[in-house]
Amino acid sequence: MAVGASLLVVLGRNPMHSVLLLIVSFAALAAIYIGLEAPFAAVVQIIIYAGAIMVLFLFVVMLLNAHREDDAAPPAGVTSGPLRAGGVLAVLLVAELVWALRRAARGGDALLSAGPGADPAALQSVRALGNRLFTEYSLAFEVTSILIIVAMVGAVVLARRES
Amino acid sequence: MVPLGHYLILSAILFATGTMGVFLRRNVITVLLSIEVMLNAVNLAFIAFGRTLGSVDGQVIMFFVVTVAAAEAAIGLALVIALFRHRESLNPDVFTSLKW
Repeated sequence: MAVGASLLVVLGRNPMHSVLLLIVSFAALAAIYIGLEAPFAAVVQIIIYAGAIMVLFLFVVMLLNAHREDDAAPPAGVTSGPLRAGGVLAVLLVAELVWALRRAARGGDALLSAGPGADPAALQSVRALGNRLFTEYSLAFEVTSILIIVAMVGAVVLARRES
Repeated sequence: MVPLGHYLILSAILFATGTMGVFLRRNVITVLLSIEVMLNAVNLAFIAFGRTLGSVDGQVIMFFVVTVAAAEAAIGLALVIALFRHRESLNPDVFTSLKW
């Protein structure tokens, strides 16, 4: 479902449909996260991605009145070349990623059989996540907050109307 | 239990879909959406690995990726609005002022 929705996002002609389909894709991914025993990740996915980011996208799509793709379709000779190249590139990328990740998965399975194994209760607990976030990753957390402030100010400055 | 490899293959397919979108689409907003798809594929890989290795680090990093994605979306859309105001177009082929 996630794959289908994402493919439609990329291939759809209407940006509005793309945004709405991307929400479907995010919801499917959230379901997968629950299956992966990561409920916190699923909730973050729904609230931040499907909630906040997609509303932002929808807002811009409506603001710019961009219901149509490409005002003027470029001549066929120009599109077909890059189109074919892009398709080939995507297939190559899938093959390469599958190859690399299969090797990584084999390594992961080996690690799993060697190590103590996953403890689902510890993995699911938001308390463990918060502990890790505010001790080991506290510096990264603070840097992220600065990044968000900078992004917020930057967005306001960029979108401001010059007077 | 679904083996790790399946999640990684799904992640790879999603990532390639996003890449394809970045290269093929002629609309700045859709290109940004494709980037979000790629970030999601990476998140899925992080969580699948974190689950397999039995640590919450995967989820912590997924959290950071989400915040960075939010910042990126805000900046990207502000840029899109600014560009649209200047050029009245969303086609990235129009924005060639920096091309030499």
